[in-house]
Amino acid sequence: MSNYSAKSGADNIYQPSLARIVRILPQIKDHRLFELRFEDPEMRRSFTYNPGQFVELSVIGTGEAPVSISSSPTRPGVLELCVRKIGRVTEALFRLPLNSVVGLRGPYGNGFPVEAMERNNLLIVAGGLGMAPLRSLLWYVLDNRSKFKEIILMFGAKISEEMLFKFELLSLLDRTDMKCLLTVDKDEEGTWPVQVGVVTRLFDFVEIDPEITYAIVCGPPIMYKFVLEKLLERNLPKDRILMSLERRMKCGVGKCGHCSVGYKYTCIDGPIFTYWDAINLPEMI
Amino acid sequence: MQIVKLPKENLDKFVGSLSKFGEIHAPIKKDENTYLFSKIEDLSKIELNYNRTILPPKKYFLPPTETIFRFSPEKGYEPPKDNLNRKYVLLGVHSCDIHGLKILDLVFSGTYVDNYYFTRRKNTSIIGVSCIPDDMCFCRSMETDFVEDGFDLFLSDMDDSYLVRIATSLGDDMVRASQSLFKEVDKEDIAEYKRKSNEMKNYFKIGLELYNLPEIMDLEYESKIWGEMGEKCLSCGTCSMVCPTCYCYDVFDELNLDGKTGERRRRWDSCLFKDHALVAGGLNFRKERSSRVKNRYFHKQRGFVAQYGRPSCVGCGRCIQSCPAKVDIVEVITKIRSVDYE
Ligand SMILES: Cc1cc2nc3c(=O)[nH]c(=O)nc-3n(C[C@H](O)[C@H](O)[C@H](O)COP(=O)(O)OP(=O)(O)OC[C@H]3O[C@@H](n4cnc5c(N)ncnc54)[C@H](O)[C@@H]3O)c2cc1C
Ligand code: SF4
Ligand code: SF4
Ligand code: FES
Repeated sequence: MSNYSAKSGADNIYQPSLARIVRILPQIKDHRLFELRFEDPEMRRSFTYNPGQFVELSVIGTGEAPVSISSSPTRPGVLELCVRKIGRVTEALFRLPLNSVVGLRGPYGNGFPVEAMERNNLLIVAGGLGMAPLRSLLWYVLDNRSKFKEIILMFGAKISEEMLFKFELLSLLDRTDMKCLLTVDKDEEGTWPVQVGVVTRLFDFVEIDPEITYAIVCGPPIMYKFVLEKLLERNLPKDRILMSLERRMKCGVGKCGHCSVGYKYTCIDGPIFTYWDAINLPEMI
Repeated sequence: MQIVKLPKENLDKFVGSLSKFGEIHAPIKKDENTYLFSKIEDLSKIELNYNRTILPPKKYFLPPTETIFRFSPEKGYEPPKDNLNRKYVLLGVHSCDIHGLKILDLVFSGTYVDNYYFTRRKNTSIIGVSCIPDDMCFCRSMETDFVEDGFDLFLSDMDDSYLVRIATSLGDDMVRASQSLFKEVDKEDIAEYKRKSNEMKNYFKIGLELYNLPEIMDLEYESKIWGEMGEKCLSCGTCSMVCPTCYCYDVFDELNLDGKTGERRRRWDSCLFKDHALVAGGLNFRKERSSRVKNRYFHKQRGFVAQYGRPSCVGCGRCIQSCPAKVDIVEVITKIRSVDYE
């Protein structure tokens, strides 16, 4: 797997590079998609990343927070971050007007092992903001469609109004080269066009060949439990289940100690871990 | 390694000569039984016969707090122009603390090199000194009672003189600059050195057994000891501050009065603090004190072994000496290892 090291400020690993917010796309309540462009043209050209990697985003005057890259490296030029407003840095970001400047450093983390995943079926299971890193992977595999076998996306939200990237994902329903399964837990108005029910119910609609499938799971903690159960029921090997973990982060580069989980640092050894890694690390789940 | 002899009556002259290699810092006595590394203005204040300093030498390389950037909306983030390049001579560092620095080197290097740390590291020469363990030292158990590298010179106390190991070309320059103060090592010195060396083990009052410790810790992951320690520990974080190998830090932005410009700073942090693993929205991965104490011990004695091949404790005894709740690392590990303790 190619692993890109930090491109920002070669001799200072903490140096943020300036980037401009060129578009703000409101998503659901308290979630926005920010399109960013590096100020430095050289950075714009040289910044490459793997799906599943993240950046440290600085709001000048407030602080730094790790955010997954939501765009795909197959579509260079802009960088998209999908952010939920939840604390100091994210609130400050939401207060910034269009065309403001923020700081970025990265990309960090291991990202998905996309090369090892080639020539396999992919089962992508997302819940809530878990779609942020998985959207990067999704567009990456769709833009490299011939390298992968079957692609299935399962994504659940509580209600239609809470589905991230809803219109973009609904447009995938028509694609014949993948199976896009979108579900909402509740549909009181009866307007949701496809499945209703929790995300695990979507497993009723798919065949899984455990020998040649990678499952990729990212979502809120409770989702993992139920999805993992389903995957193990279908005999998926534990080292073919990939999950993205979240821990408190400060440095993003394996120094500050905040993101430790068992013997590893989420920021450099992860955030993508196999389920096998997970059960071998105390504290992981 | 080249070894020469420095008679003690020449020590002051030699130390005086070191100021051309950098600002001299060495242990001084603060109170009865408390020592600290400090800038030396008066050579007579230097205390080379000391058990341990309150803070380890890490404070010179990872200061308790430091500015990593100044920021402004116009210029973004700029590293401070402070003089990271100032030269220092750190005199009187014990073997365990040199190992502590070598462990920090592992952490701050790798794919991402922390140059705030390494610039200071490069600009600071280290002169080690031998010591006699007290009742809180267990460096021998941690295999840090002897050090092969990580210093420029190392002084071994021979009562009337020091045997001086010269480990680097800079160390050699220091000796050469005052060549006349040094003598050759003779047969008697060698015999005396061996005698002292063989006696060393008799001084240790406490120790722990490393053999199979990682596996035993895995087996005792659910041990009731963690609950007991959680009850005792106050989450004050002192043990992390005084530890030569604890490196956790927090980063925060501070605004100036203009509300626009400011500084990004970092400061020592502790995994014992309640919010260490707290994420936005309120989820805390180590909410219980017991889980935080357990994490500290697991990281030092278990996790670090998995990552870097050795424990990250050097047996300096500082956490034992400083803990207000009398949490004692040797006692904890001894209990975990004991067959009778379930
Ligand atoms: C690998 C990774 C990818 C992430 N991707 C996204 C994403 O795509 N979109 C998104 O909205 N959020 C994402 N998060 C979560 C996001 O980092 C937190 O919501 C954010 O740090 C909250 O910062 P705050 O200052 O607003 O909150 P506060 O509660 O004020 O947090 C203060 C500081 O604590 C740290 N911190 C707090 N919560 C977290 C957390 N959950 N994870 C890591 N550090 C934290 C940060 O350094 C933060 O600045 C991701 C987290 C990780 C670890
Ligand atoms: S010094 Fe003692 S009381 Fe304080 S955090 Fe460490 S173990 Fe707990
Ligand atoms: S854990 Fe305690 S004894 Fe070990 S190096 Fe740190 S302060 Fe010294
Ligand atoms: S975020 Fe600092 S070590 Fe991982």
